Amino acid sequence: MPGHFEPIPGGGAALALDEVEISILRSLAVQLLELIGPGDEPVEGEDPLAALFAQGPSEPPSDPALARLFPDAYATPGAKDPDDELREASAEFRRFTENDLRAHKRDDAVAVVRALDSLAAGAGGAVLKLTADDCVHWLRALNDLRLTIGTRLEVSDEDEGGALYRLPDSDPRKPMVMAYLWLGMLQETLVETLLP
Amino acid sequence: MRRAPVSGSMDRVSVAPTEIERPESAEETFVVPEPDVPWVTLVHNDPVNLMSYVTYVFQAYFGYSKDKARKLMLDVHHKGRAVVSSGSREEMERDVQAMHGYGLWATLSQDRT
Repeated sequence: MPGHFEPIPGGGAALALDEVEISILRSLAVQLLELIGPGDEPVEGEDPLAALFAQGPSEPPSDPALARLFPDAYATPGAKDPDDELREASAEFRRFTENDLRAHKRDDAVAVVRALDSLAAGAGGAVLKLTADDCVHWLRALNDLRLTIGTRLEVSDEDEGGALYRLPDSDPRKPMVMAYLWLGMLQETLVETLLP
Repeated sequence: MRRAPVSGSMDRVSVAPTEIERPESAEETFVVPEPDVPWVTLVHNDPVNLMSYVTYVFQAYFGYSKDKARKLMLDVHHKGRAVVSSGSREEMERDVQAMHGYGLWATLSQDRT
C-alpha cells in the first residue's frame, strides 16, 4: 500500500516514500524536464539581458503532450479550427508567454527533483517533508506529469472505469497506467492537505 | 478586433514603463479595446485534471470561495467549459497564462453573449 500525503501541523505536507518510489518519482520528473526542454538561457558571451527580450515560438508544439502543456490561448468554443484572426492572436500570445511558462514548468519539476535529492538515502525509504511553497510546485508538477502520461495513454472521459484500468499484466501500457494512477493518488491527497 | 502588429518584443516586458506598439503604417492604427466589451477566461473540461485540483486552483488563484470554486469546477465538468473570470483583454491573458501554469486548459475570448 503506497503512502499518501498528510498535512503537517503549521503548514506543508509529508509523504513516506520507499526507495523504489523515490527513484520512480525522480525519473519521471527528470523525463518531464527533458520533455519541456531547456529554458532560454543566454549563450555564453552574449548579453544576459538578451534572454529577456527573446521571443518564444509562434506555432503550437507538434508533440501532443507538449501541445497539452502549452495550449493555444485563443479559440472559439466549440469550433473545430480557429479562424485566421484567432490563430494569429494565439501565435502572438505564444511568442510573448511560452518562454515564461516553460521556465515556470521547469521550476516546478526541478523543485520535485531537489526535494527528492534532499532525502537522506536510508534503507527502506524516507519521509518527504514539503513546505507550503513546495506543495504548490509539487501539485503543478504532478499535474504536468499526469497530463503528459494521460496524453500518451490517450486517456479520455469515456475511459472512466474502463479498459485502461483493467489491462492485463502483459500489456506494455500497464506500468504507465500504474504510474498514472499512483500520481493521481499523490496529487489528490496533496490537494486535500491544502484545502481547509 | 485586432491589435496592431507588434514591431518589437519590448511591449510585454515588465521593465518597460508602458506598452509600446508602433503601427507600421498610418492605416494600422492602435486599436484600443472597448472597455464595455469584456473578455472572458474559459476553462475547458479535460479528462486528466482532478476535480479537487481544479477546485483548488480556482480558490488559490482567483480567491474564490470553496462553494463558488466548486460550482465552477462542476460547470467545467458537466457543461464542458465555464467562464471563470472576465475583464480587459490584458487581464484575461494574465489569467489564461496562470491557468496554463497550473495545467488547466484555458482560453480567452471576447464575451459576445
